[in-house]
Amino acid sequence: MKITKEQVEHVAKLARLNLTEEEKISFTKDMEAIISFADQINDLDIDDVKPTDHVIPINNVFRPDVVVPPMDRELLLSNAPSQENGCFSVPKIVE
Amino acid sequence: MSYNDYEIVMGLEVHSELKTKTKIFCGCPNEFGGETNTHCCPICTGMPGTLPVLNGTVVEYALRAGLATGCKINMFSKQDRKNYFYPDLPKAYQISQFDLPLCYAGEVAIEVDGKPSLIGLTRIHIEEDAGKLLHEAGEGSLIDYNRCGVPLIEIVSEPDFRSAGEVRAYLEKLRSILLYAEVSDCKMNEGSFRCDVNLSIRPKGQKELGTRTEMKNMNSINFIVKAIDYEAKRQAQIIDGGGVIIQETRRWDEGKGITVAMRSKSDAHDYRYFPEPDLMPIITTEETMEKIKASLPVMPDIRKALYLKEYGITEYDADLIVASRHVADFFEVASKTAKNSKTVANWIITEIFSRLNEDEKEEGKIPLKPESLGELVNLIEDGVINSSTAKEVFADMWDTRKAPALIVEEKGLKQISNDDELKSMAQEVINENTKPVADFLSGIEAAIQSLMGQMMKRTKGKANPGMVISLLKEILGGMK
Amino acid sequence: MALYQLKAHVISALIQNKEMTSEEITKAFLDRIEAVEPKIDAFITISSEEALKQARAVDVKIARGEKLSSLAGVPIAIKDNMCTKGILTTCGSKILNNFIPPYNATVVNKIHAADMVILGKLNMDEFAMGSSTENSYYKVTKNPWNLKRVPGGSSGGSAAAVAADMAAFTLGSDTGGSIRQPAHYCGVVGMKPTYGTVSRYGLVAFASSLDQIGPLTKDVKDMALAMNLIMGHDPMDSSSAPIDYPDFSKSIGEDVRGMRVALPKEFLGEGIQKEVKESVLSAVRVLEGLGMVVEEVSMALTDIALPAYYLISSAEASSNLARFDGVKYGYRAKEYDDLIDLYQQTRDEGFGDEVKRRIMLGTYALSSGYYDAYYKKAQRVRTLLKQEFSKLFESYDLVLTPTGPTTAFEIGAKVDNPIEMYLNDIITVPVNIAGLPALSINSGFDQNKMPIGIQLIGDTLKEHTILKAAYAYEQARELPGGVLVEL
Ligand SMILES: [Mg+2]
Ligand SMILES: [Zn+2]
Repeated sequence: MKITKEQVEHVAKLARLNLTEEEKISFTKDMEAIISFADQINDLDIDDVKPTDHVIPINNVFRPDVVVPPMDRELLLSNAPSQENGCFSVPKIVE
Repeated sequence: MSYNDYEIVMGLEVHSELKTKTKIFCGCPNEFGGETNTHCCPICTGMPGTLPVLNGTVVEYALRAGLATGCKINMFSKQDRKNYFYPDLPKAYQISQFDLPLCYAGEVAIEVDGKPSLIGLTRIHIEEDAGKLLHEAGEGSLIDYNRCGVPLIEIVSEPDFRSAGEVRAYLEKLRSILLYAEVSDCKMNEGSFRCDVNLSIRPKGQKELGTRTEMKNMNSINFIVKAIDYEAKRQAQIIDGGGVIIQETRRWDEGKGITVAMRSKSDAHDYRYFPEPDLMPIITTEETMEKIKASLPVMPDIRKALYLKEYGITEYDADLIVASRHVADFFEVASKTAKNSKTVANWIITEIFSRLNEDEKEEGKIPLKPESLGELVNLIEDGVINSSTAKEVFADMWDTRKAPALIVEEKGLKQISNDDELKSMAQEVINENTKPVADFLSGIEAAIQSLMGQMMKRTKGKANPGMVISLLKEILGGMK
Repeated sequence: MALYQLKAHVISALIQNKEMTSEEITKAFLDRIEAVEPKIDAFITISSEEALKQARAVDVKIARGEKLSSLAGVPIAIKDNMCTKGILTTCGSKILNNFIPPYNATVVNKIHAADMVILGKLNMDEFAMGSSTENSYYKVTKNPWNLKRVPGGSSGGSAAAVAADMAAFTLGSDTGGSIRQPAHYCGVVGMKPTYGTVSRYGLVAFASSLDQIGPLTKDVKDMALAMNLIMGHDPMDSSSAPIDYPDFSKSIGEDVRGMRVALPKEFLGEGIQKEVKESVLSAVRVLEGLGMVVEEVSMALTDIALPAYYLISSAEASSNLARFDGVKYGYRAKEYDDLIDLYQQTRDEGFGDEVKRRIMLGTYALSSGYYDAYYKKAQRVRTLLKQEFSKLFESYDLVLTPTGPTTAFEIGAKVDNPIEMYLNDIITVPVNIAGLPALSINSGFDQNKMPIGIQLIGDTLKEHTILKAAYAYEQARELPGGVLVEL
């Protein structure tokens, strides 16, 4: 299948990847090769086969509604690239 | 085209937080508020390597909500990932349900200005709430994940609404159903009951739907009604001016009284739903369904009909009483004891409601035993106390929780019904009050009230008023 | 024989019998690591201090006469995608170059509970995406049999560390062959257990429906011990199998006569290195000599498994890796204009090319209009593949294949051709797609003296069947010509 640069740009935007012009070109080429490879599965007419989402047949895995002590806030935030007032912080968001 | 020539078409998405003890996928407490990021763990903050495990009570509550709204249940249900980037969503996907929600095809009966109608429910699914962004002073936006992972049900309606009044009636009804089912506390001010409105307009008679806008996360019914009015007029103006409606997400600005487009959420989304590999399917059996059905309380509509028919109370009173399940339960138990249900209803609506604040009223937090109110009503009905004494007894009962009969006994409030005692007292009063007696005898019937007042004064209000009147009339009759 | 060359079950006996202390053993391994790590580059983090502390603590317990696990005091190392509280966990990625987990993975808790010693965290392809360990942000691990060649991947560090005697055994993870293929390249035993039998809690997810932790060991006996250590039901992992777990040591030495083995002809045809094929056939003769029955069979879906695998794994990865956005942990770009730019710059700078390629493929396969044709269809292939295996296991106990089409290739040989790199996994991925257990064990060497592995695939939860056959094979095999380079 032909993959266009616009498609690559769209997918990169969805995935929040900021591709350079060079990357866009090389990714277009790679994507096309990989998608053509993946397209082999479209030679099969298997629309009546049920998809398998889980390989193991387990259902109704439930946790009891019992409180577990939360994590100490300092530890929870210890990996935050930026924090303020006991919160993770990001650049100001304008609604 | 006149605004009145347009028809508004709306569908609602209500998000209601379930009142479980813990979050949906981890053991963190499900509590409103708290210091920022103190109800969190690696799971609900999406740390690498963590996995969700579904809280069984969430499924139970969602099924309760579904069965309380007449939904069908998907016996095989699954969870899916909804992928998008936003800082309040730490995994960058929300675990929700896509094609196999727990519940579907339900309905909610509403009534506007006496006109009943049915609102279809497309589905009810379970999902996790996002964290909160705090846009305080300072350079950045701050993120608090306390709310992240709080269990939600999303209740999606059919586009069945044609007026803000219907929306109001629906939200009030839905809220009372969820409160009755005891799955959510539905506190709009705490955001545990929020509503998105999808709204479009079309010329009356036209079949095709217009382009809709979505107003998100409104948590006050009054705001919702105002936002609907504003948005419908805004759309009508645009169309009348030859413009087109842009499909977008808008926000109600209460301060300015307008809806505004939300910039951050306006780019077209492709959520790339797919089955959540970390969570197993949810299978519901007939047995589970029957158990849940049996545990659900009788819903407000059915109670109201019963109250009108069997208890003989007014529609107005019935509406006030069924608004809260606990008030309705209180009414029913009190009525079982009491000889007169109408009097019970009266006492609840006047005396009890005036002593409760809005929250307590809604939660039905009545600090009395319903049987006590029933007994109080019977004391009045049996003529043991009169209704003004009853108010005194009630006030005492509210403060001390003592049984009304005990209060009457201790304070000696029993009304005087002794014929001889009252008869001689009446004779004295007539003898000593010649003016009103003369007035009465000359045909001014109201003059008897003055004599009655004298009797009450002498008995400190404890005289049986019916008896006093008939005694006075009897003596005065003999004097004519 | 040097201490570090000893197998885990031997070390275990020495410690239990108080002939050696854990500290002595641990020091021997740390010295070995210090000596050979500069050549092998197997480790991202070497936690010498913590290791010695753990070793001494175990020695104290043993001296006190406490009853400890059979693996107490044995030094191991783990792949750097399992969360270790307080110890850097990078997943081989720049985007986690500073991530110190605040919690332990369930397997790490099990290691601690067994009083084992963790020597450090092992190199891997970034987020386990790769077949050569060349995709690590930190270093390229070398194959101990030939330092110019790759160790395989993505658990290349885990395989090389065992082959070069840098740990008694190691843990890796296997999404499409990431334990078995490096085991094959490095001449060690590697096993992917049945999906759902080892907790994934704390394993940084690549493809959730395929990932499984497993051990890499020097022999099958050690494998049984390692499997006993890590397998078990975990309430923290919804996909964890709630079953009774057997003692795998009991599989060792069981009678294998009459076992039936299927040999799919598709994996011995085109694209398979001649010596690999010969090695498999010689293994067939060994198995037959042990009284097993080996029969050639056909597996029709072998071609289609690989594209299905890349679609499923990339789709899940695109979602699993979305959380790395510079907000809560890990790397954050230094310069950005606003929130979206912060996301994009962080992810652009933080992820390597292969990871980006897979995120792109996965995002595409899930995106509106393509979901049915790619992701959903791949899940349908999964159903068919499961059925195909089920059918085979109606008549056979095991399926025998080469582990990979070729032996270890030279560093840099395939980096520019993603598809060719993906083809390395062609024989291992069907196992992950069907969630089955499989083991790779050395069956010989090619003319360049590079190890060759055979793969034994079992039915769901039939690890013991694999282990008993592998042990019998290990005892009976002859391995001419294998010499580890002087390190
Ligand atoms: Mg929702
Ligand atoms: Zn939590």
